[in-house]
Amino acid sequence: MRIKFLICLLFSAVTGLQAQEYFPKNDAVKAQENTNFTVLKNANIYVDPSNVIQNGMLSMRNGKITAVGKNIKIPANAVVIDLKGKTVYPSFIDLYTSFGIKKPESTGGSPYSGNPQYDAGREGYYWNDHVRPETSALESFTYNKEEAEKLRKLGFGVVNTHMPDGIIRGTGMLVALNSEGTEGDRILDEESAQYFSFEKSAKSKQVYPSSKMGAMALLRQAYLDADWYAQGNADNKDLALEAFNENKNLLQIFKTDNLLDELRADKVGDEVGVQYVIVGSGKEFERLDAVKATNAAFIVPLNFPEPFDMEDPYMANYATLGDMKEWNQAPANLKMLTEKKVPYTITSHDAEKNFRENLLKAVEYGLDRKDALAALTTVPAKLIGQENKLGTLKEGAWANLIITSGDFFDKETTLYENWVQGKREIFEDIDLVSLNGTYDVNVAGNTYKIKISGEPSKPKAEVKANNSKIGSKVNYKNNWVNILLSAPDTTIAEYTRLSARISDDAKNFSGKAILGDGTQTTFTATRTAEASEKEENKPADLHEVLPVTFPNMAFGFQNIPKQQDILFKNATVWTNEDQGIVENTDVLVRNGKIAEVGKNLSDRGATVIDATGKHLTTGIIDEHSHLAASAVNEAGHNSSAEVQMEDVVDPDDIGVYRNLAGGVTTMQLLHGSANPIGGQSAILKMKWGATPEEMIFDNSPKFIKFALGENVKQANWDSNSRFPQTRMGVEQVFVDYFTRAREYEELKNSGKPYRKDIEMETILEVLDGERYVTAHSYVQSEINMLMKVAEQYGFNINTFTHILEGYKVADKMAEHGVGGSTFSDWWAYKYEVKDAIPQNAVIMHNAGVTVAINSDDAEMSRRLNQEAAKSVKYGDISEEEAWKFVTLNPAKLLHIDDRVGSIREGKDADLVLWDAHPLSVYAKPEKTLIEGVVYFDLERDQQLRKEVEKQRNLLTTQMLKAKNDGLKTQPVKESKKEEMHCDTL
Amino acid sequence: MKNLKKYILPVLLLLAGSAIAQQTPAPQQDGAITIVGATAHIGNGEVIENSLIVFQNGKLTTVTDANSTNQQYPGTIIDAKGKHVYPGFISPNSTLGLVEIDAVVQSDDEDELGELLPHVRSLIAYNAESQVVESMRPNGVLVGQITPRGGRISGTSSIVHFDAWNWEDAVLKEDDGLHINWPNSVRRGRWWAGEDPGIKPNDDYSKNLQELSSFFVNAKAYLAGPQEKANLPFQAMEEVFNGNKRIYIHANSEKELIDMLAFKKEHELKNVVLVGGYDSYKIADQIKAANIPVLVGRVHETPQMEDQDYDLPYKLASLLNEQGILVGLETSGGMERMNSRNLPFYAGTVTGYGVSKEEALKMITSNTAKILGIDDSLGSLETGKDATLFISDGDALDMRTNKISHAFIQGREISLESHQTELAKRYTKKYGQQEKK
Repeated sequence: MRIKFLICLLFSAVTGLQAQEYFPKNDAVKAQENTNFTVLKNANIYVDPSNVIQNGMLSMRNGKITAVGKNIKIPANAVVIDLKGKTVYPSFIDLYTSFGIKKPESTGGSPYSGNPQYDAGREGYYWNDHVRPETSALESFTYNKEEAEKLRKLGFGVVNTHMPDGIIRGTGMLVALNSEGTEGDRILDEESAQYFSFEKSAKSKQVYPSSKMGAMALLRQAYLDADWYAQGNADNKDLALEAFNENKNLLQIFKTDNLLDELRADKVGDEVGVQYVIVGSGKEFERLDAVKATNAAFIVPLNFPEPFDMEDPYMANYATLGDMKEWNQAPANLKMLTEKKVPYTITSHDAEKNFRENLLKAVEYGLDRKDALAALTTVPAKLIGQENKLGTLKEGAWANLIITSGDFFDKETTLYENWVQGKREIFEDIDLVSLNGTYDVNVAGNTYKIKISGEPSKPKAEVKANNSKIGSKVNYKNNWVNILLSAPDTTIAEYTRLSARISDDAKNFSGKAILGDGTQTTFTATRTAEASEKEENKPADLHEVLPVTFPNMAFGFQNIPKQQDILFKNATVWTNEDQGIVENTDVLVRNGKIAEVGKNLSDRGATVIDATGKHLTTGIIDEHSHLAASAVNEAGHNSSAEVQMEDVVDPDDIGVYRNLAGGVTTMQLLHGSANPIGGQSAILKMKWGATPEEMIFDNSPKFIKFALGENVKQANWDSNSRFPQTRMGVEQVFVDYFTRAREYEELKNSGKPYRKDIEMETILEVLDGERYVTAHSYVQSEINMLMKVAEQYGFNINTFTHILEGYKVADKMAEHGVGGSTFSDWWAYKYEVKDAIPQNAVIMHNAGVTVAINSDDAEMSRRLNQEAAKSVKYGDISEEEAWKFVTLNPAKLLHIDDRVGSIREGKDADLVLWDAHPLSVYAKPEKTLIEGVVYFDLERDQQLRKEVEKQRNLLTTQMLKAKNDGLKTQPVKESKKEEMHCDTL
Repeated sequence: MKNLKKYILPVLLLLAGSAIAQQTPAPQQDGAITIVGATAHIGNGEVIENSLIVFQNGKLTTVTDANSTNQQYPGTIIDAKGKHVYPGFISPNSTLGLVEIDAVVQSDDEDELGELLPHVRSLIAYNAESQVVESMRPNGVLVGQITPRGGRISGTSSIVHFDAWNWEDAVLKEDDGLHINWPNSVRRGRWWAGEDPGIKPNDDYSKNLQELSSFFVNAKAYLAGPQEKANLPFQAMEEVFNGNKRIYIHANSEKELIDMLAFKKEHELKNVVLVGGYDSYKIADQIKAANIPVLVGRVHETPQMEDQDYDLPYKLASLLNEQGILVGLETSGGMERMNSRNLPFYAGTVTGYGVSKEEALKMITSNTAKILGIDDSLGSLETGKDATLFISDGDALDMRTNKISHAFIQGREISLESHQTELAKRYTKKYGQQEKK
């Protein structure tokens, strides 16, 4: 009897795990344990990616491998399976799944409407519902045979699963996909890892954190609270923190959705002393250096974007180059990660449907097969601490293996079998005889020409009678073939049925035929031609991969420009220093600094730029911006002092480039105005192409955003359950927090144990004058109020921003020593700005207030020179002073005027070369430099435009070809970033 | 200079009367006014360096080179040597006076309920005493087309000047045009309904077009018939079909523009004006061939797509102008009312992208007047036209030099004070600062 007949019977019998020896057995006799060995022979065995045994043998018993080698001793009680040259790999491991666990469904709806939930909904747990470390995957786990089979068909044998819900998600577990065993057999580790994400739990509508920076702050605080709890300082029971402390020594896996979040997760990890393994986005290639610098291992999905359907040229216009490039480049991600020596494993998450297709695509795009195999086997095994048990076929490891017709990473390779814990599952019969070929079939005097092709177990037939095609169906299973033929005359609904059993030699076969009228007879089939060798080759979606740019989108740099030494000759120089505006003057830039200002300077090797007839100024500084941010408001609490805008810098915002084109070199990225006490600011240099960290101003002074008025009292949206709802309440929020911060300080200084509170620490910095306040404000009453409250607590407000009624209290502001950063001419858009006037800046200035003009707007920020000029019009101020409103004065307000804001030796070479008077509506920046790097150049911009056009055309053609080749496409979508303002939630 | 006192007096009188919230409209022109020595920017592309401008009874009687005439200077003489005279700037497609404070819904009268509202008229809601309207004048914006918003056919606009006791006094051209918001061929995903927020084709686009087309067909049929029962929307279309009322079609994307051209042809529409026209440069030849002028959307905007040139909104007007299309500039968009006073600076920004200053000036004066059909009386400094003009210390298209000393609407010298200047003066005085000259 041939082995293939045994297959089905063997499925559960060959190498059963040993029954639990101390369990009684009531349904049969207990003494029927199967202690036979199973031996695979004549196989190419990948013991691990770099150790292949050609024509080797492997024996197993009780779900484990007992021996592997070229020639091993076959025990007498072995069932031997001849693999006849097939290939054996360790089954794959997926460290990021929610296998067998149902994700809770969100109740939906806006968290802000009606009565938002600001407090935690649970008792005995952490103060925030989105911190759920006590969650155990085991609690909600139900082994799912269908899901398991799908995963096994992809080649997986073991997965880590978890509850994908919340920011701290609790523990995951390691499960073998052994559908025959019991939970006792399958669960390899019930607490294998702890999981994290930036996504809130669907189980709670608690508003905090409403933003990414809030989630990051919450994580930091949770770590602090856990330490404090561990020291026994809490009076209450906190089951979440207890669990969090217990989970600390597990593998820590952080799920992210995009590249910036990957870096953010690692940043938090660095601060709390944890190296997360990061579930990535598949976009790691866009910033490989930053990814490498995390030192993290990555769990990478194979979720390559589908090409856009570019057939409609009008819709095609909405596709962005950035998205098109991601489609073009994503298949090369793993290759690039390998080259960069970033450790990674591969997950099927997000790509369950086209996992194999995409894996093979990654190989086509240069991923080494050995590295691919390691990423699926040894790497995850090692990460999970099971390198001797999983991901390898050495003695003692679990008998988790797959059998394939050849190299797994070849397109035509068939996956025959997947064995998990010695349980065999057959997808394709290894021994199935292929019927492929062309046959002459004779039935009752008629001859049909039948061509059979396709996969052996799923053959396709093409039938001709008298040279015309007739309908047919073929079915081939368990060595029986059934063929259904329609009548040559298509008007007659008559069918001929053929049925035959196939022997080893399928060249000729014969069997029973039943004709249309029910007559039974016989038929014979004789192979007249072999199947053509050429496989039906699916068009390879192999396209030219475009180089990554920084950022990887329109106008990105293929190479970020380098610092240059430059001599500007003969410019009109707006120094912002005592010498004022000087004509025919040279400025020498060296090593990123202004080296010399004067007449007839020698170039000392610097590139000379003739600036005759042109104006050279320091770069514009926008005191109030929400550009280049992934979030603006943390609206979950009325104080969010703990959140940091530095956490959510988004360098891929086209606004950065456009601002450079408007002469802006520095900006303050502020938290929004949803809360009286907002978040910590970020001061950024507009370094297009840089990473978030590189954009942050070196040794930035510390700032925080406060806010007053309509936004903080939630007057402009439908929410009425949060204190404060009036300006009266706003004052009390400040008094309350400042009082508590002082109490906190007292306890801290007392030497008694105290709970470190990031929010309180931040507010203490404010009270102690170490952190400056930028306060969003409009009407005079509230401006006055905040100064009085600050004075009461012994500190000063640094800047009132917006401050549209500043002119009404300018004398008081001057006395307090606060600066004003205002709009040039905005008014009448809401009730609290009905008295805003365009003379505001100048009246404050004349009263002795340091005044800046800001934008709060991605459009206006790129024309701040024009906004400054409006003060000349409306307020009759000198042009020199007006110019300082957008340069030196904001530098002073930001306490960075020692570095930027004027043209003086030793200051940063942040310069703008204008083609005309810089306050004029006609002026255009020709070059914008930051620290001696030409980040914007009018001529280079022209080249970049051509490059954008060229790349769009190339990628459009590639996408059209992809569609034409039959690849699945997705409708064009424009991933437009929202332009953000103070009140963006 | 000897006549300086003559003009100071009326100004002082005006100032005295400006203590209330809104400025009192100026009385009718009484006697001739002569402006001499200014650089006159005619508004049609011409410049007269040392000009002589005379107006009487609200109309311009002389606009000439002062060197070329020995004419006596009649009436009040304003010596404007070194200064610049411009025709009053015109803000088309504006909602000035329809909303006072954006966020205060009680002050908002710009968008009526319903989709097809040709009978709805903006004029009667126009608040001639709006503080926002009066803030236009110190920047030279003296005339506006007050336009309803919303719906498929928003309603009918009217053209007003900005110095009036009430809408009846303000009107320059009543019910001048019909405004159609062209259907969107794409839409954004409704993220709140769980859709991807990206852009996608609007499945209702054809249906929306069909509805619009059907309205036009039915209105025409109704007007041709006995009109047994009154149908206010259809009746309001009569002036559209006979060409007396212009049709302003607000559309932006390329596909919509092409459909709009077909719609014009199909319904044999006369006097069609394109408003917005973000993609119009892509099919400029077709727009030109159809003889459609364009009121180009706000210049001070960011490009709609990240792949687009950073200066696309700055240069769009110029790209169309190069093709010979009649171009005006409009100001609609976020916070549009208060921002309308920046109209001159939109023209300033356009300069430098292929058009001269005088060409850019046309886009807020004579071109706009032609587009709106008021060029018989407005849009340029030409004899016989309304004396609606102003004097600026310098180039009025540049915020650096736009400083207006006198402004006239139909010959009446209007106040340049406003709610804002009064507040500025009040607090400047409080601090004992030097008052603004």
